Amino acid sequence: MTATGPAGAKLGPYVISSRFGLNKSWDIEAFLAHEGYEGLRKALAMTPEDVHQATLGSSILGRGGAGFDAGRKWGMLRKAKPAYLVVNGDESEPATFKDHALMEGDPHQLIEGIVICAYATAADQVFLYVRGEMALAHERLQAALNEAYDYGAVGRNILGSDFSVDIVIHPGAGAYICGDETGMLESLEGKRGYPRIKPPYYPAVMGLYGAPTVVNNVETLSNLPWVLRNGSDAFSALGEGRSRGTKILSLSGHVRRPGNYEVEFAKITFRELIYDAKLGGGIREDRGLKAIVPGGASSPWFGPEHLDVSLANEAIAEAGSMAGSGAITVMDETTCVVRAAWRLTRFFHRESCGQCTPCREGSGWAEKVMRRIEDGEGREADLALLMDICDNISPGVNWPPAQTTICPLGPSIPSPVASGIRMFRDEFLDHIRQGLCPLPPDRLQSSPAYA
Amino acid sequence: MARLNDDNLVRARELIALYPVTRSALIPVLHLLQEQDGYLSPDGIVHVAELFELTAAEVRGTASFYDMFFLKPVGRYVVAVCTNIACMLAGSYELLDHIEKRLGVSTGGTTPDGSFTLEDAECLALCGNAPCLTVNWRYFGDMTPGRWETLAEDLLAGRLDDEVPPHGTLCRVRRAVGLPASAPATSAGASTGRSAPSKAPGEGGAKRQAPAALDNSGHLDHAGREVQLATSRSTPAVGSTLAPGGSPRGRTGEREATGGEAR
Repeated sequence: MTATGPAGAKLGPYVISSRFGLNKSWDIEAFLAHEGYEGLRKALAMTPEDVHQATLGSSILGRGGAGFDAGRKWGMLRKAKPAYLVVNGDESEPATFKDHALMEGDPHQLIEGIVICAYATAADQVFLYVRGEMALAHERLQAALNEAYDYGAVGRNILGSDFSVDIVIHPGAGAYICGDETGMLESLEGKRGYPRIKPPYYPAVMGLYGAPTVVNNVETLSNLPWVLRNGSDAFSALGEGRSRGTKILSLSGHVRRPGNYEVEFAKITFRELIYDAKLGGGIREDRGLKAIVPGGASSPWFGPEHLDVSLANEAIAEAGSMAGSGAITVMDETTCVVRAAWRLTRFFHRESCGQCTPCREGSGWAEKVMRRIEDGEGREADLALLMDICDNISPGVNWPPAQTTICPLGPSIPSPVASGIRMFRDEFLDHIRQGLCPLPPDRLQSSPAYA
Repeated sequence: MARLNDDNLVRARELIALYPVTRSALIPVLHLLQEQDGYLSPDGIVHVAELFELTAAEVRGTASFYDMFFLKPVGRYVVAVCTNIACMLAGSYELLDHIEKRLGVSTGGTTPDGSFTLEDAECLALCGNAPCLTVNWRYFGDMTPGRWETLAEDLLAGRLDDEVPPHGTLCRVRRAVGLPASAPATSAGASTGRSAPSKAPGEGGAKRQAPAALDNSGHLDHAGREVQLATSRSTPAVGSTLAPGGSPRGRTGEREATGGEAR
């Protein structure tokens, strides 16, 4: 399990993608042949408190985007019955595709992690909220869950122990906002996915149906079987600082080899991720780097000067952005940043749930102004206008942003807008002065199938 | 079609039995209705509202929040082209333009013959194979205009019927298991949290009685419906799903190898 990649490569060790590439890795046969459910066996031989201690000892941070310590989150659970575990598989952050891969590629590992967590937190029932659009993931997970019940890893008296828990796979129906934990709980209660007003701040106190609820991300829980098999010390020996273990990085955009890469946390830089032959393989057609979106649509952008920043939660935060869910999108020198920033703003506008005025109105207004700049119909005053809109959404337009809305979606809107204007003001002005977009359109990469 | 048919009514009740609070099953049951009719018909919404002791307006109000639910009929194949950042950088707007021209509809429209509805989607989480699209929520990555042509032909010729089920089908694998039915309902409730909590915010009188626990005897009769999950592609020209574990070949395969270079 601690195999390292080929010499020179920064890949691995493989904590959660170890079964990727096996024939039918989603079947229970492949899973059991590769240490499947052994972590759960170890957990059930321990007390729930010891499993919780092991999780605390591993120092695993939540992999959903906020990076909250998972063990601490479990510790905040209000002692009351019933208690629920809700698993966040609503992966929708632009350019994040790790949970999708984990659910399709190794559903049993997720189920094993879920049962370990349910045991440690004494959850009475588990709801696995899977993004609606991921139909194949639903099928693989449901098939795996059926197998797991047959095997005795879920249900009554799990693996011969006294512990029983039921897992329900719950489909989403297409709403980014349901990835917010309180929006997800509302959706799970059969309502519109409106994030809840805080306080209460944590679902651990008042969550699903008002009961104490742990909400964890798919990737977070997928780590647990390895932690139980190999010990929390082995996990926390990986990585650095607060960023322990490994992390799946979803690399996309103008690199030669986009894809998911599991790497030791905090041990590589953006430069290595993008240019290492075993990782990103460099930028397509050896073009120059223009900008990086380092942690999903909500994160402020980086430029080439940030290439040597380490891919660690704290290092990225120090440099003024966030690691988020581990989605890195690379833009080469031919990219129109106005178009890129517009598209991300449009995303926020489409996905705003509409509860809070700054988000609902600000996202649409900003999108409209960005669009007219891209179409060559902008005015020079638009840049000040955009920054003013951003300032109204999140006063100061700083990072981390000032919170003006119920959930973090609103204050994320200024990230692409302000990043674009602050880093590439001249390019915005060129659009306005020339009355057109001076950059080539995005293009399909050359492919033999595309004549 | 309008109201849930008898088989789907049984399935709806099974779904409701999975949750401590009835309304939680609303979205899964709406998926069921959409699977039956291809969209959420007005009569179907009334029927679902009756099942959940809600008003039709409450059901429609919930459904309309979610992008996947259609309140009007759509084409046999709903094509959703991702245009978010990763796909956009890989030319997805160019792809969308091509598909619009070839289908003769603009984004959001349905072809006159009812075959295709075209949408531009937010990130579909297949960014390693950008640009990507889904057809009835089945993924196709590394798309090009040429591959779209092949895909459209295959769809219309019925060659992808096994891989691309009718619109609305979210999951072809049925839940076949649950806690043993032999256990008394009360103890099942106590140990699984299935008993309704004493205070359920937002819940009116719709709390259900103690459920009949599902059992392992296969009474959901999933055997006839369970399908071979898409593990191989019959059409080489079509991009594969991410399928991290075992897509047999092609660019996706290489990426998977990349992701799994542990061994």
